[in-house]
Amino acid sequence: MNYTPHFGQITRYLPYFCGGAAVSLLLATLAFSGGMVIGLLGAMAKTSGGKVLRRFAGAYVTFFTNTPALVQVYFIYFVLPSCGIVLDSFDAVLLGLTLNSGAYLTEVQRAGFASVRRNEVEAAETLGMSRRQVVWYLVVPHIVRTLYPPLTGQFILITLGTSMGAVFGVEELTGRAFSVNAETFRSIEIFTVVGAMYVVVTILASLLLTIAGRSLFRARVSVF
Amino acid sequence: MPYLELTDIGASYGSKPVLAGVSLSLERGEIASLIGPSGSGKSTVLRVLVGLLTPSGGSIRLDGKPIDVGNTATIRDLRRRFAIVFQQYNLFQNMSVLRNVMIAPLKVKHRPREECESEARRLLAQVGLGDKLHAYPDQLSGGQQQRVALARALALRPEVLLLDEVTSALDPELVAEVLDAIRLLAAEGMTMLIVSHEMGFVREVSSQVVFMADGRTVESGPPAQLLDNPRTPRARDFVGKILRH
Amino acid sequence: MFRALQQLHEFATSYNLLLLLEGGARTLVLSAAGCVCGFVLGFALAVLRHTAAGWLLPARILGVVYVEMFRRIPFLVTLFLVFYAFQALGLDVPVFWVAVASTCVIGTAYLSEVVRAGFAAVPRAEWDAAATMNFSLLQTLRFVVVPQAWRVVVPPAFAFFLSFIKDSALASQIGVVELTFVGKIFNNRGLMPAIAFGSVLIAYFVISYPLARLGARLEGRLALSRAH
Ligand SMILES: Nc1ncnc2c1ncn2[C@@H]1O[C@H](COP(=O)(O)OP(=O)(O)OP(=O)(O)O)[C@@H](O)[C@H]1O
Ligand SMILES: [Mg+2]
Repeated sequence: MNYTPHFGQITRYLPYFCGGAAVSLLLATLAFSGGMVIGLLGAMAKTSGGKVLRRFAGAYVTFFTNTPALVQVYFIYFVLPSCGIVLDSFDAVLLGLTLNSGAYLTEVQRAGFASVRRNEVEAAETLGMSRRQVVWYLVVPHIVRTLYPPLTGQFILITLGTSMGAVFGVEELTGRAFSVNAETFRSIEIFTVVGAMYVVVTILASLLLTIAGRSLFRARVSVF
Repeated sequence: MPYLELTDIGASYGSKPVLAGVSLSLERGEIASLIGPSGSGKSTVLRVLVGLLTPSGGSIRLDGKPIDVGNTATIRDLRRRFAIVFQQYNLFQNMSVLRNVMIAPLKVKHRPREECESEARRLLAQVGLGDKLHAYPDQLSGGQQQRVALARALALRPEVLLLDEVTSALDPELVAEVLDAIRLLAAEGMTMLIVSHEMGFVREVSSQVVFMADGRTVESGPPAQLLDNPRTPRARDFVGKILRH
Repeated sequence: MFRALQQLHEFATSYNLLLLLEGGARTLVLSAAGCVCGFVLGFALAVLRHTAAGWLLPARILGVVYVEMFRRIPFLVTLFLVFYAFQALGLDVPVFWVAVASTCVIGTAYLSEVVRAGFAAVPRAEWDAAATMNFSLLQTLRFVVVPQAWRVVVPPAFAFFLSFIKDSALASQIGVVELTFVGKIFNNRGLMPAIAFGSVLIAYFVISYPLARLGARLEGRLALSRAH
């Protein structure tokens, strides 16, 4: 009951935490990029693939979206070595997060593809545009603009998801909170500061993505 | 002393000024009509009167007493006296016709259920919907929905009825049935402020016509004068256009 | 290969299966309790943000800050924050309840947004009509808004519950013996990791998949149904 918080001790760890935030963002960016590639392939397989491809993509999405990312990484981290593949903790977490986000991003991108209206395409074709022109000037911009807001949302979720790296000893923001906690025992202060840093980092990320999306793609996104 | 008196009312939506000088007065038992071009602020005047929009200037007097528009208790009292029928009916989509009409007397005024129900049935029969008690709004035509809205407003036993273009969204053959319902009320001596584009009807029922343009009341007077001999150019222009049809 | 089969045979004892079952039950109860609590508080927060009274303005601002904050803090960090907050307050709360409280904290933030979207789905016109008929905010909600908004609210709220069945895996890190923790127990007992974590993955799938199907069906049904 008589706990008095001391933030003074924490301030000297701030640069260390900022480094951790950078690692978190790196992890998130890599996982998101990989996930986007997987998701694009998955969405194409699901919308225009053959039966086998569709089934395979479907099974992948169903499995990865119905099990926790944490256990997926546990599996990768502990099982792959017995197959002769030894990953350090950063790589294991990155692989797990990539596969996991790939499944969610498949669904997001598939919905984006599905939102293209056939009659709009047909209208453009009757105006004398070639197939390729229709795709470049109509379909792709439409998909980018509709996908942009949910994709920024996914990026933020993945950034929050990287905190799971702490469980495996990755020195990202939460991981560094654990280390400092073990040293100083100023637990409340540490996790408050680190929580606040996540808020700041994700707001900055949203802000950047919003500005980029509005100016590059005229996407209807907002920070909050 | 007029029953309701608006003096120089101003109002805005956000930063957009919509009303800039609305004045009118209404006697008890009188029927006044508000006319004017689309976007002139007629609906907004009614929204101010039922406290959906707080005016930024001017004064409202009711029975000679000034109304403090910032006071929630005063607004509640205003809403007890005034009932409004909106341009777009605004019926509760999740309730049957009967429940739409009963709900406020029952839950807000806490009148006994049997009384509420029998009055709702009577009012719905009066507007010609005695056979639609258990239908839902999305199963009714526009004219039927508008008459339900009228019955719902009457169930509140208001002192004043505010009607906002109650026929504008209706097909011509449905207009008559709604106007008939209003005529009946007029005959009973109900005080009303009506926004309408039906000039024939305006001329027939109202004792006073108020012409609005650009958020201001420009001219008012008895229908014979305002509709046939407008003094201001704006009103002459408007009346000329509308009567040529 | 032979070792794997032998271990699988050894693994399939009623004790281990019971442990999985118990872990699964705890995962479910944890997520459900947290989400129910989060929904109730989230609803209250959404109502608060819908009030207009001037004296409630500070509370409304706090509400916005709360929502924006806890949707931007990782669950793992929230778990430890709540854990240490209880400790600092000198409260000896079992870790299971720490996890429920954390879920509730996050759920309040997310679900209040879901409820607000539901409120926004009811036409402005009906809110106005209720106001002019002197309905109080609570009466408007009870008689007009909730009966229409629930079908917009239920699918995403259920989706949030589903996501928490998976996210609650992190509660294993403060020592809650839920499914993931059971996997760690298996692993520490020297079972092959493939069996230890594979069985847990399957258990999660068995819980989550039918619920996901149910959610999808629910959403389809509600999208087709009418307002009454
Ligand atoms: N919710 C709102 N937000 C912003 N501006 C509004 C809003 N409602 C109305 N306005 C604007 O206020 C002005 C007056 O609108 P109002 O609805 O009172 O006009 P009106 O005379 O009733 O027109 P009509 O005959 O078309 O119903 C218009 O310029 C309109 O664009
Ligand atoms: Mg209008």
